Amino acid sequence: MTTSNLAPTPTQTSTSSQHIANNAPGMYLYDQYDQTIVDERVAQFRDQTQRFLAGTLGEDEYLALRLMNGVYVQRHAPMLRVAIPYGLMSANQVRALGHIARTYDKDYGHFTTRQNIQFNWPKIEDLPDILEHLASVQMHAIQSSGNCIRNTTSDPLAGVAADELEDPRPYCEIIRQWSSLHPEFAYLPRKFKIAVTGASHDRAATMVHDIGLRLIKNDAGEIGFEVKVGGGLGRTPILAKTIRPFLEKQHLLSYLEAVLRVYNLKGRRDNKYKARIKILVNAMGVEEFRALVEEEWGKIKDDLYLDDAEINRVKAFFRPLDYETLETPSQLAQQLEQNVDFKRWATYNTSAHKVSGYRSVFISLKPTGIAPGDISGTQLDLVAGLADDYSFGLIRSTHDQNLILADVKESDLFSLWQALHRANLATANIGTIADMICCPGLDFCNLANASSIDVAQDIQQRFENLDYLYDIGELHLKMSGCMNGCGHHDIGHIGILGVDKRGKEWYQITLGGYAETESQLGKRLGRAIAKADITDAIENIITVYLEQRHDSERFVDTVERVGIEPFKERVYATN
Amino acid sequence: MQLIKDRSLMTQDSWSIISDDQLPTQLPREDIIVSGAYWKAHHSVISQNAQRLGLALSGADELDDYAADLDAFSLIALDFPVFRDGRAYSMARRLRAHHNYMGEIRATGNVLRDQMGYMERVGFNSFELGDDQNAQEALKSFKEISILYQASSDQTQPLYRHQTR
Repeated sequence: MTTSNLAPTPTQTSTSSQHIANNAPGMYLYDQYDQTIVDERVAQFRDQTQRFLAGTLGEDEYLALRLMNGVYVQRHAPMLRVAIPYGLMSANQVRALGHIARTYDKDYGHFTTRQNIQFNWPKIEDLPDILEHLASVQMHAIQSSGNCIRNTTSDPLAGVAADELEDPRPYCEIIRQWSSLHPEFAYLPRKFKIAVTGASHDRAATMVHDIGLRLIKNDAGEIGFEVKVGGGLGRTPILAKTIRPFLEKQHLLSYLEAVLRVYNLKGRRDNKYKARIKILVNAMGVEEFRALVEEEWGKIKDDLYLDDAEINRVKAFFRPLDYETLETPSQLAQQLEQNVDFKRWATYNTSAHKVSGYRSVFISLKPTGIAPGDISGTQLDLVAGLADDYSFGLIRSTHDQNLILADVKESDLFSLWQALHRANLATANIGTIADMICCPGLDFCNLANASSIDVAQDIQQRFENLDYLYDIGELHLKMSGCMNGCGHHDIGHIGILGVDKRGKEWYQITLGGYAETESQLGKRLGRAIAKADITDAIENIITVYLEQRHDSERFVDTVERVGIEPFKERVYATN
Repeated sequence: MQLIKDRSLMTQDSWSIISDDQLPTQLPREDIIVSGAYWKAHHSVISQNAQRLGLALSGADELDDYAADLDAFSLIALDFPVFRDGRAYSMARRLRAHHNYMGEIRATGNVLRDQMGYMERVGFNSFELGDDQNAQEALKSFKEISILYQASSDQTQPLYRHQTR
């Protein structure tokens, strides 16, 4: 395989983009050590796979090893989940994903709610080659599944959001390196997810993670972390509890290690549904859990002290890009006025940037008729090219299964929109009910009770009329095909959960969940609804909202104010 | 059973396991491994004997219960009831880091080639492999990953402290 031309070398400061003339790459670049680790992991996995195919490594033993390298065996074929550390990719990495989609899959990939990408159709024997290709562009699938520390997720607008105290990504990268192939925490009771945010609006949903870290400022004006533990969705949705109100940055890794060690020793192993850290924290009580963590931490904090030099080394990769000093171009106002489609897109699919003259552009992966989060190999290539041309050669993936070009000049918006529009990547629906998030469901997943993709499509079609869609406004609809909750339905303004009833697909609705500055789990509307009636039920809920809302009140705020009763009455009157 | 110790395949093993129903006055005059419960019940008798002692612990045992006695043991055997049960990784790490235990730490039970690299990193130095495994082949597993990000029992400093990055 000749892929070396795709690999950015550590000495280069940029990908092919000419915009990155200065030495701020905007993302972490591997040095020889990072590269050696992923290369050796590929060789190790190749050997493990060969032993499995030769019959000398048992099915069950291989299962644990392949899971720790992102490989599930799904309904139809193995599924490979590639880690996208905190959702940040270079254009060359996105081109490599396009190459993998074309060469080893059915020419598409699927972005997940944890900022990763999944390929649904690779062959087991091709996996080592795919991983080798990923390694050539500084990517991997290490710990993207299995009972270990998973890919650390973050705010998809990190570094560009105006409400940010400090960029969380250097800390995500430090956590990535600490957790990668960590020898002590590879066989935890259950999977373990860490999220980090640096903004006041919690776009990383830290409250529903095993550990949620939020950069905050203490009374002395120092920036450190608020540490929360034991949040999570799935069959026992729980919001995380604060275990340490302020942690100095230099203690980040020692504190994480202490939490993980206590969990590894004390977490339940007799029942996988009770094995997450949230169950341990709830059973033990947060005070008792904290006492154990602090005792352990006291013993290791000096040895695992994180040096400022290392923090600064990693931070240097994320220093501000080479932004130009710009004023809002006069032709933008004219373009917005003259083209209603462009105006809709600019309104819904772009957001404010902390540098004047720039905006962040959301690429919607939710056009009607496509499974949410799916993207073709050709589209991946196109997005990579647009990132090179318009956004410093960088692309981000979001928790809502969309992509972001985070640093686009306002003067480039119109031509960027035209290019996206031609590729069916400019559906102006970000933040609306049509921008729903959705797990792969019964169509692909072994765990699912019910399909989610076709239900999502039915709902999208019902709300296809744009005036209607925009009148409804901001509404986060999240759907999971089973109570494992991969679609995060519990924090959806509207949540839909697929359940199995005597072999038939039924759906449970929750209302009023959210994960913003604070978080709340949705309340159950009532008994499950048959597949044929689910879209009508959603429309009834929307109708009640439109009748009840005050002025420009959002859906979730109306639900908060009036409660779920009026919705319940309407839905079950007709169902 | 095959034994790997300090990255070498051993031809013999001096240790034998004492079952919990054996009389403490009739123990063989050789290297013996006793369970935590057996030690608690009979330590005054056992510790008068001259032979070397080993302690077998499971994931449910609390290391701190034995902290004062660790000097009495030349070997501590940590059990893996199934390879997925990872408690012994943290126990080995604590033995080396918190208790400064310098003796042999042996992995017993469902010990597999592909886990030995991590086991060695946290502090195990001997491994009981089932007879169905190719132990010679398994020795390769210690060398598969040469660069290590984290500090652990094998490398007390993280990568960034011992390499210029």
